[in-house]
Amino acid sequence: MEKQSIEQLQKIATQLRRDVLRMVHAVQSGHPGAPLGCAEFFVALYFDQLRHNPDFKMDGKGEDIFFLSNGHLSAGWYSVLARSGYFPVEELKTFRKLNSRLQGHPATEEHLPGVRIASGSLGQGLSVALGAAQAKKLDGDDKLVYVMMGDGELQEGQVWEAAMYAAHYGVDNLIATVDYNGQQIDGPTNKIMDLKSLRAKFEAFGWEVMETPNGNDMESVLIGLEKAKNLTREGKPVMNLLHTEMGFGVDFMVGTHKWHGSPPNDEQLENALSQLEETLGDY
Amino acid sequence: MSLDLKFTYTEKKDTRSGFGDGFLEAGRKNPNVVGLCADLIGSLKMGAFQKEFPERFFQTGIAEANMIGLSAGLALGGKIPFAGTFANFATGRVYDQIRQSVAYSEKNVKICASHAGLTLGEDGATHQILEDLGMMKMLPNMTVINPCDYNQTKAATLAIAEHEGPVYLRFGRPSWPIFTPADQKFEIGKAWKMIDGKDVTIFATGHLVWEAVVAEAMLREEGIHAEVINIHTIKPLDEEAILESVKKTGCAVSAEEHQINGGLGDSIAQTLTRNHPAPLEYVGVNDSFGESGTPAQLLEKYGLNAENIVKAVKKAISRK
Repeated sequence: MEKQSIEQLQKIATQLRRDVLRMVHAVQSGHPGAPLGCAEFFVALYFDQLRHNPDFKMDGKGEDIFFLSNGHLSAGWYSVLARSGYFPVEELKTFRKLNSRLQGHPATEEHLPGVRIASGSLGQGLSVALGAAQAKKLDGDDKLVYVMMGDGELQEGQVWEAAMYAAHYGVDNLIATVDYNGQQIDGPTNKIMDLKSLRAKFEAFGWEVMETPNGNDMESVLIGLEKAKNLTREGKPVMNLLHTEMGFGVDFMVGTHKWHGSPPNDEQLENALSQLEETLGDY
Repeated sequence: MSLDLKFTYTEKKDTRSGFGDGFLEAGRKNPNVVGLCADLIGSLKMGAFQKEFPERFFQTGIAEANMIGLSAGLALGGKIPFAGTFANFATGRVYDQIRQSVAYSEKNVKICASHAGLTLGEDGATHQILEDLGMMKMLPNMTVINPCDYNQTKAATLAIAEHEGPVYLRFGRPSWPIFTPADQKFEIGKAWKMIDGKDVTIFATGHLVWEAVVAEAMLREEGIHAEVINIHTIKPLDEEAILESVKKTGCAVSAEEHQINGGLGDSIAQTLTRNHPAPLEYVGVNDSFGESGTPAQLLEKYGLNAENIVKAVKKAISRK
């Protein structure tokens, strides 16, 4: 894939936001808030960072692979997978409908290209990514494994089992990103179950920790991912704390947990889409 | 008085050693076989593999949920992970991880569960899982295997290494008679008729296959000829073999070191009620937890030994 300019990448991110909103609106279900906040990350990853093959193979040998642990961001992930060529863009209209490959949460049973593991029940993706990273090491494969988790998801105990393991085994071909938006279903994370200092926690577990201060600025996200890549192969797993705003890009959705799992109605959709230019053509 | 047993033994060994030896052999045959264990390498007999293939073995510490996820990740990368721990921690503790990351995601993970059932003995009910077969057989895509002795466990371990798809392999702790041949061919999903009979069929799995063999000899002394079928694969169940036998004998007994609820007997009952209704009696744990004791004491107290199979057989025959 040819390198795209920041401006071009931003246009794709804007289209991704439109896709997400139209997808959840069409079935009046799904999770718009978090994928709006991760649009820059998804686009930077798939259109700039990942060294991936055009045809999808489950084992991902010889290519960078990505796991979405917080599976409720499915609408955003499906959009970026389709827009980067994994499956036809028009298939986005089947999202969450009967007989679709685009299940409410990502699944492998329907063989959707790009998806290697089911996710949605939280806390499992980091472990899976570590296993895949170990498989790459056994095979002498020099490509990387990426995984994204939500910050609320870090309340799951399994994440810390995996965090301990990653450092113990020096799994340094892995980059974990936390969508650090400070929100979860019931409210702000610091009110629901305070995560305190994630940097201190992961450093204490033996990780290399870095932050992307503005996860909704394409340049900042690209710099962050580049930096993360440069930190791999140094004996430690890499943690990228990606500061985002839930609902970014739509003025009435930004910065609140209220749009975690609520679709916009017709009027709200129209309002939201008027704030987001149709850059690549709607599906 | 000595019984005229159709199968005999000269040696006893634990089924977990059959697993450990089979695992090592599978590792020698196929470089993609890898191992994981949550701080129970000695108990699971995985040490020989770890010693021979240290780079292919992952000690995960006491963190079973992570071990299941790691296994799923290794499997999607083309490895054949054998994840070992006690049956309790290999199922109930990590049910959601198995459900989402292994079964639903169709990952080629072998969940290897030792110390299952009452015969774990003195450690007591916290560790004596009696619900694992039910939990695992309910999961779509999951194959469930419960071999009966050292030789069968070793053969099963080698067979699952060559089988594509998630497997739950259950074995145990106690030293147990080795009464099946060392050179047996293990066919997943294929029941093994060990003893021909005409009056009743005993469907047994795991350690209780031996109790069924003993029960058959006891029954024969009283003129009752029992057919004994070794159901080492709980799922997929060999329905054809079950129906063929019960059509001949007219009644059946199931025997398992597991809760009656959700166990092998339940699966057999489904098969019979759908196809050929016939009396069925259950030898299993009746909706209770276990307790500390020796394996023999526990099998007696909870009604799982040969004497209890004999009683169940007589009841089943009386209901014909």
